[in-house]
Amino acid sequence: MMERTGIASAALLAYRRDLLLALRHWGQVAQPLIFFVMVTTLFPLALGPDLSELRQIAGGTLWVAALLASLLGLELLFRADHADGTLEQMLLSGQPLAVLALAKGLAHWTVCGLPLVLLSPFVAASLGVQFEAVGTLMLSLALGTGVLSALGAIASALTLGLRRGSLLLGLLVLPLAMPALIFGARAIDMSIHADSARGPLLLLAAMLVLALTLAPLAAAAALRISAE
Amino acid sequence: MNWTWFHKLASPPHAYRIASRLAPWFGWPAFLLIAAGLYGGLVLAPADYQQGDAFRIVYVHAPSAWLSMLVYGTMAAAAAIGLIWRMKLAHAVAAASAPIGASFTFLALATGSIWGKPMWGTWWVWDARLTSELLLLFLYAGVMALRASIDDRDRADRASALLAIVGVVNLPIIHYSVYWWNTLHQESTLTKIGKPSMAGDMLWPLLMMLLGFTLYFGAVLLLRLRAEILRRERDASWLRSEIGR
Amino acid sequence: MTEFLNMGGYGAFVWPCFALAGFVLIWNVIAASRLHAAARERALQRAGAGEGGR
Repeated sequence: MMERTGIASAALLAYRRDLLLALRHWGQVAQPLIFFVMVTTLFPLALGPDLSELRQIAGGTLWVAALLASLLGLELLFRADHADGTLEQMLLSGQPLAVLALAKGLAHWTVCGLPLVLLSPFVAASLGVQFEAVGTLMLSLALGTGVLSALGAIASALTLGLRRGSLLLGLLVLPLAMPALIFGARAIDMSIHADSARGPLLLLAAMLVLALTLAPLAAAAALRISAE
Repeated sequence: MNWTWFHKLASPPHAYRIASRLAPWFGWPAFLLIAAGLYGGLVLAPADYQQGDAFRIVYVHAPSAWLSMLVYGTMAAAAAIGLIWRMKLAHAVAAASAPIGASFTFLALATGSIWGKPMWGTWWVWDARLTSELLLLFLYAGVMALRASIDDRDRADRASALLAIVGVVNLPIIHYSVYWWNTLHQESTLTKIGKPSMAGDMLWPLLMMLLGFTLYFGAVLLLRLRAEILRRERDASWLRSEIGR
Repeated sequence: MTEFLNMGGYGAFVWPCFALAGFVLIWNVIAASRLHAAARERALQRAGAGEGGR
């Protein structure tokens, strides 16, 4: 008699599979990170090397760069599975699609968002961000990239298989991401000016909780719509 | 409970007929209200103490902003009905609403920006209201772009419906975060409870414009809906008796 | 009359706003009716082709 796979083990399977696939194509995974570093480098080149000036815009710069890099990374989320038919298997598997979407989203964050967060202190130093602000910086980016992964999952699912889907993906995600951008950048700025960033960080955390709760459901609905 | 009237309403020929018959009932009152509101606002209302005659821009700016949000709400509600009950007519309403809402969002932005120049000295300010309207325009653009990118009509309907609903859930979050981010814009003149900041003579033309614009939206929505129904109709044989050739 | 057009010195701002508003209001109606005419043409063609195109 065949055992039914439980929800938890199905989710774990999906998570591990995505991690393995990502590790095999780590060149692809590295691209958003390189993009993140390059975009951040644009600003000193464009505005001048004065660190005290760069510090003033560091919060916003880092967040915008992270946002754009995350958009690039969203390519990895559902497209490969859609192309090779794995997505249909998931739809037919009888497992709750929202849970699978959540697992895939978490894998995506582990592969795209987490490295970005770990890379951020070094990039931030190049913008004159002082050491004391790094904790807030990493927390803000960690929460923020989580929100971006969640929102991006919905947009990615909606634009599967469309011509110029990547461009459309960006257009869809950016307006939805703006609230997170507002609070995330603000948190870093406050920390740079030695203020407590608790307020914005808590709001960002609340957004993440909301995103984690609702986005998998929306992404699952979007996957069903796109797969037919 | 006899629901046949409801199902009958959703049938294309019936909906088309009703839309055609209802439109003038929205259109003419809208025309009269807007005309009266314009006269009241431009001619009768006294100039504002602080802003002089420039305040009269409110008579087109406020109704446009109101409409930009009302239409998005309508679009999202229609989208939800279309997704949940799988009513094609609801999707048609959502499709018809989007361009209308986008045009009024644009108008709100343009008039708000022009109004800003004599008031604040610059052509653009990143205040809460204008920034929120700008983000709303982006949301409209996303829904319209998504619909346009999908060839299959059913998938297009359902995808843009889902996006509209995701957008409407985000709207309060966007409003709150933009407000928190900046508090420059003058306070809403109508939602203040108690003493309104507009004198009576200034207020009634505004209310007429608001109501007129709302009815106008109804009329234009019905007109666009007729086109949408025709576009989606596969079996158009009822048309020949309806319109006749 | 010139006083009315001048709008207390703000005429250059007030009138473009109302003109824009008028444009948007009129455009919506025109666009809707043009869409309807085009859709009607195509739908009637489809109906005609369905019956007579055998």
